[in-house]
Amino acid sequence: MAKTRSDSPEEMVQKLLAGDRRAAARTITLMENQSEKNNQVMKLVYPHAGKSMVIGLTGSGGSGKSSLINHLIRRYRDQGKRVGVVAVDPSSPFSGGALLGDRIRFQAHSMDDGVYIRSMGSRGYLGGLARSTSDVVRIMEAMGNDVVIVETLGAGQDEVDIIHVAQTCVLVLTPNMGDDIQAMKAGIMEIADIIVLNKADLDGAILCLRSLEATIQFAISQREDGWVSPLISTVASAAKTEDLQGINELMKTIRDHQEYLHESRAIDEVQAKRIEQELGLVFKDEVQKFIFKGLKGTGKKRQYIKAIFEGRTDPYSVVEEVLSTFLKVGAKVNETSGSKKHI
Amino acid sequence: MNRDKIKVIVSKVGLDGHDRGAKVVATLLKEAGMEVVYLGMYQTPEGVIRAAIDEDADVIGLSYLSGEHLVYTPKIVNEMKKSGLNDVLLVVGGSFPPEDVPVMKEMGVDEVFRGGSLTKSIVDYIKKNAREKG
Repeated sequence: MAKTRSDSPEEMVQKLLAGDRRAAARTITLMENQSEKNNQVMKLVYPHAGKSMVIGLTGSGGSGKSSLINHLIRRYRDQGKRVGVVAVDPSSPFSGGALLGDRIRFQAHSMDDGVYIRSMGSRGYLGGLARSTSDVVRIMEAMGNDVVIVETLGAGQDEVDIIHVAQTCVLVLTPNMGDDIQAMKAGIMEIADIIVLNKADLDGAILCLRSLEATIQFAISQREDGWVSPLISTVASAAKTEDLQGINELMKTIRDHQEYLHESRAIDEVQAKRIEQELGLVFKDEVQKFIFKGLKGTGKKRQYIKAIFEGRTDPYSVVEEVLSTFLKVGAKVNETSGSKKHI
Repeated sequence: MNRDKIKVIVSKVGLDGHDRGAKVVATLLKEAGMEVVYLGMYQTPEGVIRAAIDEDADVIGLSYLSGEHLVYTPKIVNEMKKSGLNDVLLVVGGSFPPEDVPVMKEMGVDEVFRGGSLTKSIVDYIKKNAREKG
């Protein structure tokens, strides 16, 4: 394959840190493909990441996330900030393919050197993001973007992984999506730091706004951090610029939330939770890789499947047995290797 | 389903408002397991190239139904050369006279699919040739 590049992870990361877009793009592809070089790349990227403001936008497909982000990009660019955007769309469970259509809304920024946009297919990962989205955000941070905006795929009620990546979560709703009982449900409604009612020029918007206001009143007492999620109505898409609504208010509210996070030091907890999530993901992947590598070629995996299929055992007993064998080996490795990064 | 998806930019450049063909092909490629970044209409050559760079695309697919194919294609080819995208496959589809096909290939287009092309031929061509160039 002609496209396989001979660049070492060191060279790639060096180039992307220097602002090389192609190197950044290639590195992101490596992450998406869960390549062998992943860990090495991320080890080099990580020290340079973590300084950006990370904003997440979530909400149903067609609610206007991309159109809102388009305006946010412009406002942040007006402030002289560099912006990275990661936009996730769903992959087909059948073909594995994806139609990534978010970029179409960002056309106004297609030639701006201060904007880096990347579309991603979810590739079967649940939670509203792709497996590698958090790594890609780290890469965009390391590239020196002041703001990184993450757009989830069209999320329904329970795709809430965005809270593990973004510091400020914006939930985008539209009118007529259901009554106040829908808004009272657990899940996505609870994770919003800011709730946006987009398409506020449609019929039914005022009624929807009132019922959302009432729901937020219920929810206030439930949040431990004391932040009261503001409700903003917007019109992100209009034939005439003067018909747009609420964009400046959204910008201001994001700033308010960021100020709140920094003043109350709640930002530390947000960052720590993000790291906890990253650690969990990496552990899960690596342990699974380690174990499957150990089983490879032994024919045991097939035996286990056969045994479970014939009712002689069950997946839980098999995993227990395998783990007890492999983790003992792992423990030995840990005892004998004097890692210099030992804490 | 994690590894090595072929990534394709599907777009139209210039003032051409007929996007049915581009949408059909984008859907087709999605169903063939590829990741399609759909840029839509009214793009500039520079914007398409920038998207191809940032998205690390393997293939650029352009659709024309307005007769502008001989105007914009050389610009795209030129921009690709300037940006070092010599390993990215350039595929053009749409409706144009048969005599323009060799002209576009001469310019540097890798393959041309005129109206009436079988969908399978498009998918097969891309699967076979993406990442083999350069």
